[in-house]
This record gives sequence, C-alpha cells and structure tokens, in this order.
Amino acid sequence: MEQKIALELKNITKSFGSVVANKNVSLQVRKGEILSILGENGSGKTTLMNMVSGIYYPDSGQMFIDGQEVEIASPKDAFNYKIGMIHQHFKLVDVFSAAENIVLGLEDEKGFDLPAYVEKIKEITEQYGFELDPYKKIYEMSVSEKQTVEIIKVLFRGADILILDEPTAVLTPQETLKLFAVLRNMRESGKAIIIITHKLHEVLSLSDSVAVLRKGEYIGTVKTAETNESQLTEMMVGKKISLNIERSEPVNCSDRIVVDKISCVNREGIKVLDDVSFTARSGEILGIAGIAGSGQRELLESIAGLQHLTSGEVLYHDPKTGKEERLRDKTPLEIRQMGVRLAFVPEDRLGMGLVGNMDIVDNMMLRSYKKGKSVFLQRKAPKSLADEIIDRLEVVTPSANTPVRRLSGGNVQKILVGREIASSPTVLMAAYPVRGLDINSSYTIYNLLNEQKQKGVAVIFVGEDLDVLLELCDRILVIGGGKIAGTVDGRTATKEEIGLLMTKTGHGDISDERGVNTNE
Amino acid sequence: MIATIIQRAVMQGTPLLFGSTGEILTEKSGHLNLGIPGIMYVGAISGVAGSFIYEQSVASPDMMNPFLSILIPLICCLLGSALMGLIYCFLTVTLRANQNVTGLALTTFGIGIGNFFGGSLIKLVNSDVPSISLSSTSMIFKTQLPFADKLGWFGEIFLSYGFLVYVAIIVALVSSHILGKTRIGLHLRAVGESPETADAAGINVTGYKYIATCIGSAIAGLGGLYYVMDYANGVWSNNGFGDRGWLSIALVIFSVWRPSISILGSILFGFLYVIPTYIPDITVSTKKLFEMLPYVVTILVLVITSIRDRKENQPPASLGLAYFREER
Repeated sequence: MEQKIALELKNITKSFGSVVANKNVSLQVRKGEILSILGENGSGKTTLMNMVSGIYYPDSGQMFIDGQEVEIASPKDAFNYKIGMIHQHFKLVDVFSAAENIVLGLEDEKGFDLPAYVEKIKEITEQYGFELDPYKKIYEMSVSEKQTVEIIKVLFRGADILILDEPTAVLTPQETLKLFAVLRNMRESGKAIIIITHKLHEVLSLSDSVAVLRKGEYIGTVKTAETNESQLTEMMVGKKISLNIERSEPVNCSDRIVVDKISCVNREGIKVLDDVSFTARSGEILGIAGIAGSGQRELLESIAGLQHLTSGEVLYHDPKTGKEERLRDKTPLEIRQMGVRLAFVPEDRLGMGLVGNMDIVDNMMLRSYKKGKSVFLQRKAPKSLADEIIDRLEVVTPSANTPVRRLSGGNVQKILVGREIASSPTVLMAAYPVRGLDINSSYTIYNLLNEQKQKGVAVIFVGEDLDVLLELCDRILVIGGGKIAGTVDGRTATKEEIGLLMTKTGHGDISDERGVNTNE
Repeated sequence: MIATIIQRAVMQGTPLLFGSTGEILTEKSGHLNLGIPGIMYVGAISGVAGSFIYEQSVASPDMMNPFLSILIPLICCLLGSALMGLIYCFLTVTLRANQNVTGLALTTFGIGIGNFFGGSLIKLVNSDVPSISLSSTSMIFKTQLPFADKLGWFGEIFLSYGFLVYVAIIVALVSSHILGKTRIGLHLRAVGESPETADAAGINVTGYKYIATCIGSAIAGLGGLYYVMDYANGVWSNNGFGDRGWLSIALVIFSVWRPSISILGSILFGFLYVIPTYIPDITVSTKKLFEMLPYVVTILVLVITSIRDRKENQPPASLGLAYFREER
C-alpha cells in the first residue's frame, strides 16, 4: 500500500551567478517515508533543501505539497506548509533553557505560560522517544541534546515534513543510533523525512529511498532495498573526466615531513585526528581527499604549529643539514626560527591568510617585516614582490595599494599563494586553494603547485574535486572521520576507489563510526 | 543618624537606578549605549526647559497647577531622552555604526547640550540670579508621602522621598518582571543574545532593538530629571550631574544585568558616595578616595563574575555587535 506523496519537486533549477547549484532536480517523498539525499560536498544538496525551506527561491521549477502546487518564498511560508528544517548549525540561544528556545518566537493568543508549554514538550518527547530535560540550559548540553531541541522545536510548530541537514555529522555512534530510532518513530507516525547525507552506510540502514545529486545535477532515485554501496558510489562520483592538468614525474624524492601517529581533540572534546601517520616527500604532490570536516584542517594546522596534539610526533627533515627536527608543540614563530620554511595557504583566506583591510604590499610585509633592520618599515622589497606577483599571476587589481578585501576571491587566492611561494618554502601546504575560483585561475594555481614540486618542494594539497586530485597528485591520502582510510597512487587509482574510501568510515557498522565536527 | 545616612544614600542612588535600569533594557537588546551620561543630561535639561517655560508663563508661583508642573517637565524629559535614544538607534541599528564611538559622541553631545541650555536659558528673562532655579517646581517634586516626619526612623527611611524615587524602584521591578517572566522579555533577551536565532524564529529584531533602546533612554533621562528637580532643589548648575552617568553604567555590570539587584546596588553606590560627608575631620583627598569606591566594587564584581564564569552572569552574548541578515 503506497502512502500519499507529501512533497514533490519538479525540474527545480537554481544558479548563483554563473554557478549552477541545482539543475532540473525532480524528486518526491511520501508520508511515512525516509528519503536520503546523497551527494558529495558541493553537489547542491543543501541548496535544494534550502529552497524547500524558503531560504532560497528557485529560478525555475515547481513544488507540490499534498498534490497542490505551492510557492515557498520565505521560511514563514515553509512553516505554514508544515515544513521544518534542522540546519547543520544550530540556531539556539545559549543561556536559555530548552523550553524557552522551543517556544521562542511563537505568537500565542494566550498568555506566556511556560509550564503549560513544558507539558506539551514532554508529550512530544514521549511520543517519539526523545530524551530531553526541558529546563536544561543549552550551554550545558551536548551537541546531540542541542539537536534534539532543534528537532522538537520543529515538531512543536506542527511540522509534517522534516528536513535534516547532515544530522549525524556531529554525533557519536550511540547518539546516531538514538537519532535513527527517533526518526523511525516519526516515520511510523506518518511524517515525511528527508535527510541530507554523504554517508553511505547511514543511507542504507535508515532510508527507504535515495535520491542522488552530483555537481548540482539530479542523477536519480533508487529504492534502498534494491541498491547497494557500489551502485550508489558510482552514482555519487560519476565517471572520470579528463582535465589535462600537467603532471611531471617526481624526481629525487626524499622524506620531508613525517607525521607519526598524531591525535588531537577539538574544543568539544571530540577526537578530530586519530592516530594519523603519513610522509610528505620532496618533489611530490601529496593529495588529501575526504569529506569536508574529516580532519583535513587540523592535519595541516598540526604541521604548521597551530594545533595542540594529544599524542604523536611531527618530524621535519632539513634538506640542507640533513637533520631531523621535531615540530610538535612549537609555535609557528619557533618553527620559523628553527629555519624550517613552511608555507601555508589556509582554507580561510581572509581569516587566516591575509588581512582584508590592508593593501597588497602590507600583506606581503606580514611575512617579511621581521627582516627589516631599522625602526622604520621598508616598503621597497615588499612593493616589488607585490608588483611581481600581480604581474606574473595576472592579478586583476587597480594597484598594489588596493585593500585585499576589495579583490575577487580568485585574485585574493593568487596573492596568498604568490606570497607563500615567494618565501621559497621547502614545504607548501594548500587547503582548497581553488575553491570558488574560475577555470583559468584554477589552472594558474595548479601550474604554480607543479612548479614548486619540480623545484623539490614537498607539496600537500587538500582538495575536494576528485578529478583534480587524480590528475594533479602523485599520491592521494584518503581521510575519513579523522583516520587515514587509505593511500592510493594518483596515476592508477579510480574515482570509485577513492569515493568508497571516503565514505567507508564505519562500513555499515555504525559502532565504529566516529563523531566528527564539520568545519565552522 | 543611620536613618539619615540611608535616606541620603537612597536619594544619591536614585539617578543611578534610573540610569542602570535604562541601560540594562538597552543592553539586553544587544546594544551597549555609552551615551547614557549624555542622555541623562539631555533628560534633565529638557525637563528643566519645560518647567522653566511653564514657570515663566504663570504670573506667580501660587498659581501653578501642581499636576501640570509635574507633567510638563516629565513629558519633556521623556521626549528629550527618547529622542537621544532614537538618534543612537538610527546610527547603530540602521546604519550599523560602531556602538562605542556613537555612544561616546552622544555623551559629549548631551553634556554640551545640557550645559549650553542650562547656562543660557536664564538669559531669556531679566533675572538677577545667575542660573536657573526652579524652586516652586522642585517643592512639588519633593513632596513627601504623608506621615513621613511623624513616624521617626521608619518615616525617614521609607516615606521621606519625592515620588520619582518610588517610580525608579517600581520601574526597576517591572523591568525585572518583564525581562524574566514574559514573552516580550524572552524575545528581547533572544535578540540580545543571538539576533540570528531571534530572526529565524520570526522575531522583529530591529523593532525590538529600537523600542528597547528608546524606552531605556527615556528611563535613564528620568534619572537626570530627578537629580535636578529633587536632589538639587531645582537649581541647574553646569556639570552638576557629574559622573553619575558613568556610575550607572558601572552599576549595570555590578548588578549583572538584573534590574532588581540594581535597586540594592544603587543604594550601596549611593552609600559609598555619601559616607565621607559623615566621617568627621575627613580631608579632601580621602574624600576623593571614597568616591573611587563604587568603581573599585564594580571591578571586583567583574573579576568575580569572570572567574566564576556562569553564563547567566555574563553580558548578552551579542552585546556591541551590529546585526545584519546575510544576503539571501
């Protein structure tokens, strides 16, 4: 017996500027059904659901709720159609209790009667099997409790269609199991549930059907019972596309950075790196692949001296002296004074890399001002370096004295990479250096990385596009849930192979899944 | 003797109580209004101007209508200080200017306005006194409750004040109730803690910020009015209000953003302010040291609350930060 269709999307298209985030996506979810939306990072899952919940408005396409065509222009409309979305980043007031957060913003004819609301909240928690103390303050709660508050908030407002964006990304395995139990209870009571995820084993164990998106395109919907991991992986990553990135053979490789069994925990006390070991060699590009937030950021930061490690060792082999230096528990300044030339292109360009309000020359100086000999700043050398970068990397800017924040993302990235390379590093680490860049700028960056590799620099490249990783890197390290899932050869590996490694954490057995916090 | 000291302490504390209640309401909406000292000057001078014009318009003080002579300065004061609040809101909420800079500018501006009009209004009439003295209006403002002088120490401590003292306490208690126990209070606190959460929950963030700041400013302005009309016997003197505005901001911190604690805090501050007068043979320099005490106490409270680090005793989480909804 088929249930009625609760929500149906037809040919939804949405683009941001020239980037198409969703192209002709059609899918449907029935009452009493759990639908997974599966896709890699940047495949348009969240954008699609943001349109359903009224945060974005589609460029074209139709939406139907209970068979009626509807227009959802604001979160309020979505709420009126009983759609509730639980975002990855919780919107809760820390110093309020759970109950206060749940009733926040409700307009009620009757007076403000918190105990009465608490009764209603308790009814909901009992009905679906949540565990929650309505009077507990948010700041005393674990991530999973906060998520519970968000879900109850939506149910309290009477939602019939629930959308959860990466609900398990922040949960421990036990918490995940609890969440799944609650979601199954909600399915039994006839709610339509959509979960956005990239974890295959969760899709297989929880959902009734799976819709797959890849790079904004809708690939298809399959019944969970009729599919398997490898079919889903193939739908998710697709066939290999040739990009024609130059790749030279690595020459004179020797060990440069040796990472030995490092572990570290984040502020919530969750292990973000767990016993990670690898070696980065000179004259070679080491790629790091993984779902966003699997520990890539922490990995690079531990080498750069920005992370406190709970165990393990980071060793640097000095090519000049041949000596081995320990980098653990050293600050970036100490590392530099030891003569280790690390260049770091962080993910957060204007946050960690450059100062937005300062001009290009000043940003160059951030790296070199200590070289000055007099009390006055010497702007000549940084000025000529800035001019050289603008010239060589074709940075589009009115002048070298333009504040960096006024430049486009691609140009900002070129300046950052240019500056880091100018320090003639022995190790170059770049996190998502082509994110948000157009094709030409991306190729400029690839060429720069290749050039450094040929000069004998050990390059570590964290990327998200598997095609790029496969064509640019000599070796690819796949990281999942803070652990090394495997290392593959960039020349022979296939996309499916990497895709499976990336999503295998747990491999259908949730008990060994590790709660990993996604990046802020 | 003790009863007198307490009575003086309450009178000294009342302007601070008005100021801090107003500032608490403003800060709960996420706005740090450092313009409060200036706003209190403006509140005072607006009331003085209203009252001055009214006193001049009647032939003799006996013909003054007691009701009008309270209502006119009261309304002038509320309007004047709320207008200052509106300026602050427009700059910091709508234009998202830096709150500290805006507040400090408003303080300088408000004190200037107060001193300018306070010194020059008297020139409008041919008077032989150098500054405004609204003694008849002041008499009405200072009217004590019945039996104040017949009940001994009880009367002196509890009944011997002008009505604005009771207003200050009632306003603080009402604010406390609204903040803690009503939906409006919940929404206001949400706006100050996390405007994006409030926005997502469908609360009118800008509206709450405007209303809280303007009402807060109007309440603070009453502190200035009380000082001139009651405490200073209706005599305006330039810079007479002194640093009481800053003390009320210190009192906000002292009372960890709770108007009900602010009532006791204001009396304590007032006590520290008046106590040197009752110490025999005190030198000027020792007296100045005593004037420092409220600030020392505030710093102590800051240190203690920071060490204990209870979230409830911290300032609203988004205090001082401008909010704008991201581009959709």
